[in-house]
Amino acid sequence: MTQYLIRRLLIAIPSLLGISVVLFTVLALAPGDPFEELATNPAVPPEVRAALRASLGIDDPVHIRYFRWLAAMLQGNWGFSFVSRVDVDQLILQRLPTTLLVIGASQILALAIALPIGVYAATRPYSIFDQIANTLAFIGFSLPTFFTGLLMILLFSIYLDWLPFVYRANIEATGWRFYWEHLRQTIMPVLVLGLFQGAAWTRFVRSAVLDVIRLDHVTTARAKGLPEGRITIRHVVRNAMIPVVTLVALQMPAVFGGAIVTEQIFRVPGIGSLLITAVLANDTPVIMAVTFVFACLVIFFNLLADVLYGWLDPRISYR
Amino acid sequence: MTEDDLRRLIARVKSGRLSRRGFVKRVAAVGLTAPMATQILAIAGAAPAASQSVPTYRPTRRGGGGSLKILYWQAATLLNPHFATGTTNQDGSRVFYEPLAGWAGDGTLHAILAAEIPSIENGGLAADGKSVTWKLKRGVRWHDGQPFTADDVVFNWEYARNPATATVTSGSYRDVKVVKVDDFTVRVEFQQASPFWADAFVGSQGMIIPKHLFQAHNGANSRDAPANLRPVGTSAYRFVSFTPGDTIRAELNPNYHMDNRPYFDTLEIKGGGDATSAARAVMQTADYDYAWNLAVEDEILKRLEAVGRGKVNIVEGGGIEFMMLNAADPTTEVDGERAVPGSRHPAFSDPAVRQAMALLVDRNSLEQFIYGRGGPAVANFLLNPPRFRSPNMRWEFNVQKANEVLDAAGWVRGRDNIRAKNGVRLRFVYQTSVNTPRQRTQAIIKQAATRAGIDLELKSVTASVFFSSDVANPDTFTKFYADVQMYTTTMPQADPQRFMNQFVSWEMSGKANNWQGRNIVRWKSDEYDAAFRAAEGELDPIKRAALFIQMNDLVVGSNHVIPLVGRPTVSGSLNNLRHVLSGWDNTLWLLGDWYRET
Repeated sequence: MTQYLIRRLLIAIPSLLGISVVLFTVLALAPGDPFEELATNPAVPPEVRAALRASLGIDDPVHIRYFRWLAAMLQGNWGFSFVSRVDVDQLILQRLPTTLLVIGASQILALAIALPIGVYAATRPYSIFDQIANTLAFIGFSLPTFFTGLLMILLFSIYLDWLPFVYRANIEATGWRFYWEHLRQTIMPVLVLGLFQGAAWTRFVRSAVLDVIRLDHVTTARAKGLPEGRITIRHVVRNAMIPVVTLVALQMPAVFGGAIVTEQIFRVPGIGSLLITAVLANDTPVIMAVTFVFACLVIFFNLLADVLYGWLDPRISYR
Repeated sequence: MTEDDLRRLIARVKSGRLSRRGFVKRVAAVGLTAPMATQILAIAGAAPAASQSVPTYRPTRRGGGGSLKILYWQAATLLNPHFATGTTNQDGSRVFYEPLAGWAGDGTLHAILAAEIPSIENGGLAADGKSVTWKLKRGVRWHDGQPFTADDVVFNWEYARNPATATVTSGSYRDVKVVKVDDFTVRVEFQQASPFWADAFVGSQGMIIPKHLFQAHNGANSRDAPANLRPVGTSAYRFVSFTPGDTIRAELNPNYHMDNRPYFDTLEIKGGGDATSAARAVMQTADYDYAWNLAVEDEILKRLEAVGRGKVNIVEGGGIEFMMLNAADPTTEVDGERAVPGSRHPAFSDPAVRQAMALLVDRNSLEQFIYGRGGPAVANFLLNPPRFRSPNMRWEFNVQKANEVLDAAGWVRGRDNIRAKNGVRLRFVYQTSVNTPRQRTQAIIKQAATRAGIDLELKSVTASVFFSSDVANPDTFTKFYADVQMYTTTMPQADPQRFMNQFVSWEMSGKANNWQGRNIVRWKSDEYDAAFRAAEGELDPIKRAALFIQMNDLVVGSNHVIPLVGRPTVSGSLNNLRHVLSGWDNTLWLLGDWYRET
């Protein structure tokens, strides 16, 4: 097991290096200039822009910039934002709590919807419940989040005036009011993201459970006279969870990456909105850091999923 | 009316023999607008004692106004005014820092940290135009309690002009010399006579940062200054917290140097999202008090206004959406460069073609169907302040006349309905950035041009490429490798000198200056150059205004530049919010004067 882990981690190094090279080259080739606003402003002499570019090292050749970035990254220095003039890790850390809260809550909501509904629907296939669940799930993942988001804003904020649609990370209130305000503003983004994700997962859980429920060991368990609930939990769900775990684990890095569109609609100051503003402002160090950390997380959670398989299915061995 | 007549009238106003109203009436009779007439009086030193440029502040005590919530759909990313690229960052910095004076909505100066606006009468302006002496307001304290003195002002000059610091404000400071006269007086010295003296320490370029917090960070280590993210200024609101790209929070400054100000106890500026929902958050749900820069279709704004909670504010400035017809030849490549300065455009070198192009622009439709109140049709390039607005230019949309002009000049329609003469076909590439109103404008103009036998090939470039300074990219607006292009240019100050330099011949954009030159249309006129040179040294404000009007007439009259619509700033606010806005300064330039009517 330890050997397996070490081997996997060693394999991860070249893939991460490859990813970083690709990311860096693509960003370097992309058109745009972080100081383009200075270019159209007559009050700023061109030399200033040249000096700024030089001081931030943008004018150096790509490979030199890449190795400089790599060396800094290895020392834990994530870079320096051109646009905000602060260290990138500071920018990311500022936004991490909000992202974790909103996206994390939506993922939990999605799981809380998908698992019970998917399992229950699969144990009673083609029942009324299954039909309804299926239909709703289809609707859920057919509607894009930007659409449901706007729909909810229109309904709950503008017509009913119940919920605010501008997310404020620092609320000046204490005690229960603080939590209440936070709850009120988090409901809509969490619902939008959670329902979308939950709908897709429901379909997946249902089909995974359906695959297992027809297998011989389940029939055997029934023949032994085990109670139905125990069969479902111990013999069906546990086996059906293997593909679901992969799917959920691969989705976990998204908790860090945020949800670009939804964050934009609700003005959630998460990492997704940081990424999109950085992209629009050509703030390469921020884009690089966010995407690279994202890549690291994808690789890490892949590994975690593989390790979880062993726990779910003891027949899987690591060599 | 000649200049002499004007002078005589002004003298009569000054001596009291003619009332101001009488003056306005008389000049109105010869076609000068009332605002222009009052402007003339103001610059000639015959303005009423109290400037009317800023509305009266009514609250009678400090604080008690609750919270003020402002929505920006682009958020500030840093809070050091000397590094503030773009208006959002300048606005963010302006919450905490103040300049010596700001630009009011009518293009006049309003003293903030200065005790008074320098003038020839009070001895602030040197008669030779080579220096300006600012008297500082006494008793001003930084948010941390330190006194504000002339040393701070001088330090800002040293900081901004230091090449190692690489400030974006350096253009305003590198060519002047700033001398401390005493603790509350500084003198700005110019290399030559400068009629436009209100640049350094004024407006968005002039916000003053404290010496005691920044002096250790003047140079290459400027980025490490902790105060870059935790500003300590002199303003009405002091710092609470800042998340780059998201929220600025501030609270009332109990030691502010203006009486009874500010009105609000706390301030929050939230960034992000989009303009339409920002308009809704103010005018429909009233969650916020003010929404900045509502680049939203006028139809939607009118519907939101109908709700009755908020209103749209339209503030005039110098921003203008315009078309330029390349004076250089964009197709022939010489030594790795196209549109070489000095080359001649095969078709646009004929004034008839340019005139026809101008006649084919239906500005009324642009205003009515595309821009609404956010884009009134204009005939001039230099729109504001009113004292610089030319009364001589007219615009006309007339396809028939365009056809006649082209026929008369010998451009004949070919079998494909495109006109040609001596092998030159009237087939032009018309480029702009990707932006819905611009693409709609392109379509409207193309339609009219087709009717006159001119074929326009429409091209739209992503804004991040079009407005970049990427030397390797052929599609940037400064390269202008097309026949026609269109974009908006803004006027950073109430003085047009830096605005009108975009047509002087020594600013021509080309390979020699890495396409950094301001004259992108590559138009050259000796008359224009001479007028600009004269304006640079002309100390008489009336003569100077006349020179700028002449420049406007020259460039617009050449039809190389076709003004389309003005771009005033559009914002939304609650009905009960009393704000002070200006098209010549930042949105939050006088935030301390904002209050809520109850």
